[in-house]
Amino acid sequence: MKNEWGIKEAEIFVESDEDIILTRQKVRILTQQMGFSTLSQTRIVTAVSELARNIVVHAKEGRVSIYTLENRRGLRIVFEDQGPGIPDLEKAMEGGYSTVGSLGLGLKGAQRLVDEFEIKTEPGQGTRVTITSHL
Amino acid sequence: MPEISMLTLGKTLIVPMQVELHDRAAARLQEDILVKIEKTGASGLIIDVSAVDIVDSFLGRLLGETARMAAMMGTATVLVGIKKDVVITMLQLGLEMKDLHTALNMEDGLALLESLRIKKSLTGIG
Repeated sequence: MKNEWGIKEAEIFVESDEDIILTRQKVRILTQQMGFSTLSQTRIVTAVSELARNIVVHAKEGRVSIYTLENRRGLRIVFEDQGPGIPDLEKAMEGGYSTVGSLGLGLKGAQRLVDEFEIKTEPGQGTRVTITSHL
Repeated sequence: MPEISMLTLGKTLIVPMQVELHDRAAARLQEDILVKIEKTGASGLIIDVSAVDIVDSFLGRLLGETARMAAMMGTATVLVGIKKDVVITMLQLGLEMKDLHTALNMEDGLALLESLRIKKSLTGIG
């Protein structure tokens, strides 16, 4: 199924820490198949771990959708939840270990590990994070 | 859920992290390590992460926390075998591992622990 985000490779409902591992494994296999370097694989899968964990920890449950783009030369992953949303996004993104508990390091860190990072969040409206990495 | 088997070598506890742990299992492992240190009186802890592909902020924090707790029990912690891709990613993620020593491999890790013990007995520091 092709849409604005590319070809959907997988969709995972995450609500437990086992789901985080499952998501990591799926993404790892895909990045290997696509030919990403081992460093890129590690960076992408680590970002995925951070963002999937955010869903489980802060929203209890959510969805991870994995797309390939540009003839399998790009990977786009969307993390969506209907959780509490992030009230002070700028502060959360400022990074630093102790900001907003575990959230700060995860978001800022994940951003540094991928090529493109987009976040849409509103208190009470859930959160959607989209990351993209290119070969 | 696969168990992680720990090995005691003299006064050193060696913990090889060979499987991908989910969060609850990782927290349980931390507790198991501390219980074992208490039981054996180990003065050194080696965590072998050579089979670990991904260290995210959760695992990074857990390792640091375990080292801090072990230190409170008088035990020094050495992380051995961190993969270079993991090192680079941890730096970019912003993870600092200030509470533990690192060594390239098991042999170096054991030697480092030994030198820390000698230093401690000579100076009373550490």
